Amino acid sequence: MGTHIVQLERATKAFALPEGGTITALHGIDLDVERNEFLTLLGPSGCGKTTLLHAISGFVQLDAGKVRIDGDDVSDRPPHRRPVNTVFQNYALFPHMNVGNNVGYALDIAGTERKERNQRVGAALELVGLAGLENRLPRQLSGGQQQRVALARAIIARPKLLLLDEPLSALDRNLRQAMQIELKTLQAELGISFIFVTHDQEEALTMSDRLAVLNKGVIQQIDTSRTVYDRPTNAFVASFIGASNLFEGTAARSGGNTLIATADGLRIEAACSGGWKPGDGAAATALIRPEQFSLVGPGAKGPTIGIDIEQVVFTGLNFQIHGHTPSGRRIVAIIAAVRQADVASAEADGKARLGYDPAAVHLLPDDGTAAAEMAA
Amino acid sequence: MSTSTLRGRRRSQLGILLGPASAFLAIFFLCPLLIMLVYSFLEPGLYGGAEWAFYPDNYGRILGFANPEFEDYDPVYISIFLRSLKIALITVAATLLVCYPAAFQISRLPDRWKNFALFLITLPFFASLIVRLFIWVLILKKTGFANMVLAGLHIVSHPLELIYTEGAIIVGMVYVFIPFMFLPVYASVEKLDWSLVRASQDLGANGFQTFWRVIFPLTLPGVVGGSIIVFIPALGNFIVPAVLGGAKVMMLGNLIEQQFLGARNWPFGAALAMLVMAAVLAILFFYIRFEARRGDDAPVLR
Ligand SMILES: Nc1ncnc2c1ncn2[C@@H]1O[C@H](COP(=O)(O)OP(=O)(O)OP(=O)(O)O)[C@@H](O)[C@H]1O
Ligand SMILES: [Mg+2]
Repeated sequence: MGTHIVQLERATKAFALPEGGTITALHGIDLDVERNEFLTLLGPSGCGKTTLLHAISGFVQLDAGKVRIDGDDVSDRPPHRRPVNTVFQNYALFPHMNVGNNVGYALDIAGTERKERNQRVGAALELVGLAGLENRLPRQLSGGQQQRVALARAIIARPKLLLLDEPLSALDRNLRQAMQIELKTLQAELGISFIFVTHDQEEALTMSDRLAVLNKGVIQQIDTSRTVYDRPTNAFVASFIGASNLFEGTAARSGGNTLIATADGLRIEAACSGGWKPGDGAAATALIRPEQFSLVGPGAKGPTIGIDIEQVVFTGLNFQIHGHTPSGRRIVAIIAAVRQADVASAEADGKARLGYDPAAVHLLPDDGTAAAEMAA
Repeated sequence: MSTSTLRGRRRSQLGILLGPASAFLAIFFLCPLLIMLVYSFLEPGLYGGAEWAFYPDNYGRILGFANPEFEDYDPVYISIFLRSLKIALITVAATLLVCYPAAFQISRLPDRWKNFALFLITLPFFASLIVRLFIWVLILKKTGFANMVLAGLHIVSHPLELIYTEGAIIVGMVYVFIPFMFLPVYASVEKLDWSLVRASQDLGANGFQTFWRVIFPLTLPGVVGGSIIVFIPALGNFIVPAVLGGAKVMMLGNLIEQQFLGARNWPFGAALAMLVMAAVLAILFFYIRFEARRGDDAPVLR
């Protein structure tokens, strides 16, 4: 028995398009999911998230590659013989069955003895906070309640792995946040792995132990939320997770630091402690997160960027300053609310000088295509 | 505004919307039905028409309590009724057997082919029913196409008696009623949410279990609807047995037609018609019960 609950080996899947040609939804994906892990799949629409889940649950037959669940090669097993359950995006509750029969479905199929079945249905409903609603029909429940029924139904057979395909996307913001926390708690309580699909980056960052960013059927990066946010491996990941200021240019050594010279005449200084270090003259992209900027006065030490302010937005926690450099490059900076006086005077001037710490600048191998796509 | 006036307005709107249909049904359906009901209890006139006198023996002739002074009980009527019932039920079962799997196949075709298939299904409506049935005569008769093929393949040495049998009637009925069964069945199959099928498989159900627990219950309304739409006209049908059953096999429809047009015994014909009516009403009663149970817990629109 390996340590991984799921292993995908070079999983590849292409779909034939009705208008001719094919589209590759999974591009030789390797993925190992740890036991007891909350893994999130994040990516733009159509990047292959659902296809990846379906490859694990068995609704998609891979063209090439293998799926192992708990060490067993299940690539050729039909869905009903895989020890995996799914919470579907639209819940897919059986409309002609009441809540009790929906939740008990897997047990009824397995022929579980009546008394145990009823007791487990009760327990599962209690776990999701719907005790006593056995006799309602799905259409008599609110969206959030239906969501919980779908959850109870998926966990009642004690799967080794739970797959969740954008389960929260239909809920309103407050309910979604409450459910995020409940899901995390539930996962810890059940002690099984969750693979959770979302295209909401905030949701992905808050919930996951690890985060896999997918684009065009390829895993761009898989790591802890913190690492993916702080040290994205390419410009696509950087711009997909969180707001970012990206500066493409050419690298040059300068003392212990690296300077990125952009085409429009900016020089971004990076310390490159850890992470990728470009050679002299190599193409590279510097990433500065908006919250890494600070407002500085004219005689400040360290590197700075001067911008013309377009708009200042107060979000309650902080100020978002939207502006552009003299050459027209857009910049976003986030300044803590306590610096209100400085922000007000900068706003009055219409100009601001933004300082940053070279150690906080992250360098990426230049892959301008991804950045250009995100902007489009 | 108080709820009672709101409800009152709803009611009057409902009246306006349902008014024309109700009036039409009252004049052209209920009135004739009542007339038939009255006729079925009148005494047949000696040379057609009816005498104005209460006369239960029309029913007695069929059901066995006839006063032998006036009418003779003849079990043939009951047996014709039972045969009609049997043929109608077989027709329902056979059309269902053809249409249910076909509906699944067609609902999964690409749109272009789907529309073409639906067009093919409705194509027979464009030709006259009588013409289509006589083509079956050409196929089934002793020297017809079916016997030619069977003989040509040396499967039979003597031509088979295919036409003027119950089998011929059933073949004709199935042929005529397939579109009626297909459309309601197809409508409910097309509506089926396939993500529910996936959910069922995901929860461990194999194909057979998924069919019985999810697919069949969810398409049942179409199956029940189609069965009723086929059963009712099949029970009283007289064209198909007239053409394909000839003088040998008779159904209730032919018997009724004969009483009205041939024997000119309107009261007896009316009594037979009431028998069909009773069977149909019984079926509808169960159908409404079925619908009500299904809709019991539906959110009530007020
Ligand atoms: N059955 C199919 N036939 C043809 N193409 C398909 C099929 N299923 C998916 N695709 C294509 O494969 C690609 C990946 O689809 P997938 O459903 O995995 O995307 P996704 O990441 O789940 O997107 P979303 O966030 O919108 O749900 C898409 O381009 C999609 O159009
Ligand atoms: Mg999807």
